Amino acid sequence: MNNLISIEEVDRDGIEAILDRAESFAEVGRRDIKKVPTLRGRTVVTLFYESSTRTSSSFELAAKRLSADLVSVKSAGSSVDKGESLKDTVATLTAYDPAAIVIRHPYAGAAQMVAGWTGAAVVNAGDGKHEHPSQALLDVYTLRRRLGALDGKKIWIVGDVLHSRVARSNLIAFQLMGAEVTLCGPPTLIPRGIEELGCNVTHSLDGIEEADVVYVLRMQFERMEGKFVPSLREYAANYQVDTRLLGPRQLLMHPGPVNRGVEISGEAIDSPQSLVTEQVAAGLVVRMAILYELLAGKPERPTALGEGPAAEAAAPTIGQPA
Amino acid sequence: MNSAQNLTEMLDVREGAPADLVLRRATLLDPVAGIDGVHDLVIRGGRIAELAAPGEADASGAEELDAAGLHAFPAFFDPHVHLRTPGQEHKEDVETGTRAAAAGGFCGIIAMANTSPPIDTGADIAALREQARAQASVPVGFAATVTVGMKGEELTEMVELREAGAIAFSDDGLPIQSARIMRRALQYQKLVGLNIALHEQDMDLSAGGVMHEGPVSAALGLGGWPSVAESTMIARDCALAAYEKARIHVQHLSAAESVEVVRAAKAAGVQISAEASPHHLCLTDEEVRSLDPRRFKMNPPLRHESDRQALIAALRDGTIECIATDHAPHHLDEKEVPFEQAAFGVTGLETAFAALHTELVLPGVIDLGLLIERLAGGAAPFDLPRPTLAPGAEANVALCDLAAEWTVGEDGYESRSSNSWCEGKTLTGRVLVTVAAGQVAFRLRSFSLGVAS
Repeated sequence: MNNLISIEEVDRDGIEAILDRAESFAEVGRRDIKKVPTLRGRTVVTLFYESSTRTSSSFELAAKRLSADLVSVKSAGSSVDKGESLKDTVATLTAYDPAAIVIRHPYAGAAQMVAGWTGAAVVNAGDGKHEHPSQALLDVYTLRRRLGALDGKKIWIVGDVLHSRVARSNLIAFQLMGAEVTLCGPPTLIPRGIEELGCNVTHSLDGIEEADVVYVLRMQFERMEGKFVPSLREYAANYQVDTRLLGPRQLLMHPGPVNRGVEISGEAIDSPQSLVTEQVAAGLVVRMAILYELLAGKPERPTALGEGPAAEAAAPTIGQPA
Repeated sequence: MNSAQNLTEMLDVREGAPADLVLRRATLLDPVAGIDGVHDLVIRGGRIAELAAPGEADASGAEELDAAGLHAFPAFFDPHVHLRTPGQEHKEDVETGTRAAAAGGFCGIIAMANTSPPIDTGADIAALREQARAQASVPVGFAATVTVGMKGEELTEMVELREAGAIAFSDDGLPIQSARIMRRALQYQKLVGLNIALHEQDMDLSAGGVMHEGPVSAALGLGGWPSVAESTMIARDCALAAYEKARIHVQHLSAAESVEVVRAAKAAGVQISAEASPHHLCLTDEEVRSLDPRRFKMNPPLRHESDRQALIAALRDGTIECIATDHAPHHLDEKEVPFEQAAFGVTGLETAFAALHTELVLPGVIDLGLLIERLAGGAAPFDLPRPTLAPGAEANVALCDLAAEWTVGEDGYESRSSNSWCEGKTLTGRVLVTVAAGQVAFRLRSFSLGVAS
């Protein structure tokens, strides 16, 4: 694995390997000195063009716990504010010879493009409404610890699927791990044709008692142009997941940040069935495992643009049919 | 209105020496004129002088080309090209755009008016025509906008524009969103005469769309531009054209629903013509999975395979009478950005014939004669003479090697831009020589004259 751009590029064995690695890092987190020297002397750059709490902080902490040097660039307050293009920004950062660039960007395909411009390993920390593969991995990790194998488990993903990169990556990952996925939301927030990815689609919470896991999505007001539901009140009345809806056996997940009282009730988030804080904890160890898989044991690669075969080898790997 | 005999009566080109050329033993194909067979094609003084028996023509005083095994077609006409001047000459201009046209076998083009600023005054048209007379390798006609500044609010001075030499009206790049303004343009057409070419897109329905809405957009998380945002606008304008007894030309049809609307309107007697682009005839939205905006982001977007099949069927039955490239050059800086941010559009002049020959003719989807007919079909809707090999006509000839294989982009482009949807593809069939309005407009560098390739 040279890059992690889409969950589609990882097979089931690859996912298991990352999760096994993450388990071993969970042990590191229980030590007094929570650090391993694996990436000593290597540089990790995080480049965030969108706001983030969980993803950016967990990638940063993951790099530090692996003893890497860390450069964090946020679009606000950087040359991006001055109109620098993504390509030029990446060329600039590549000049520091980083081992990995972790990028979040508001548009689909950004991470893949960056992979074509740098020899550094590229990790997609979210590209528009497209993919968020590290989120999918940490969610599978969280569920694996609770449920063991996901084969045959029923997972409902509920809410604003249209604007959700988490929904796309998780749908693919859950199915890859053997789960049966149902997408549930108002017709205006379910993208036309998504059932061709092999999932069920429903517009009602009726039948949710069959779910082993209820994965609630955030209403993404910031990505919405125009009103997709008549009102939040009507949305909550029809799609809010609350404690009355959930049986004692069902697990509840949410990628955060939560809009309490909109897609999910406060009681449900705080209930014992909620895995939300476990998801956050998983984020750290899974992101350590991702950086480890991409970088550990691999020779330093020349990272400047156009430096021979390394640059070519780092060409986009995802979503391009051979 | 088909009174013009020569393209140059209405279009402008850099004046050069009229060709005196004998294409020895060329395989001629002009389905409209009923010409099909091996002849010596004789061009004298820029006109088709004679189709002589193979090896029989007198070539004295003329350049002689051994065209045995090569095909000569009526050169192609593209009613939909973006030359980007004024304002965006870093993408294209009259000289580079018409060179690209000549290299693709085109003997005439119509340049769109969505420049910066848009072409909406007689002075704009006059200035461009002057440029064309100085720089154009093939005859160019210039469209003027329908509305002032392409704002969709008030009509341009259409009579003055026609008198200055505008060849058509179009707000291409944008639809005419207001039905009221659209209707006024169609009413005013009675006074002006010229055809109105329409970019059909309901901007409200397609808002946020960067690709065809369907399973691929769902999988990629990209905003969908649904087929019905095109077909509903076409239906509106067909109804308005019928009501006003006006005529319209629908640009770059992309969706099966649109084909149905045009077919029904034609059956009902509406004066409507339609074009389709090579990329919509050859590609589908599956290509967008690569997230490569340089080759696969255009407006309207690539659609589903069933849409592509509907376009091909419409090409066959004449619902779509012409192929138009919608040649839309962009600088790489506007394409080397994430898909959603990238500019819409791909170039197409240099590859139209070769791509369609490779993707549709060689696999047997359409026959060569139909392709040739449709590639020259873009002149008639704008009252321009159809290029022909018939003796006596102005010489507009594309000499092609149907067996030549070439890799697009390998030798660069005549266009100033490289956002070709064919970049890197190996195509079969190549234009060797283009004669446009009686002048040799293009010769492939590696094709040495007098020697069979």
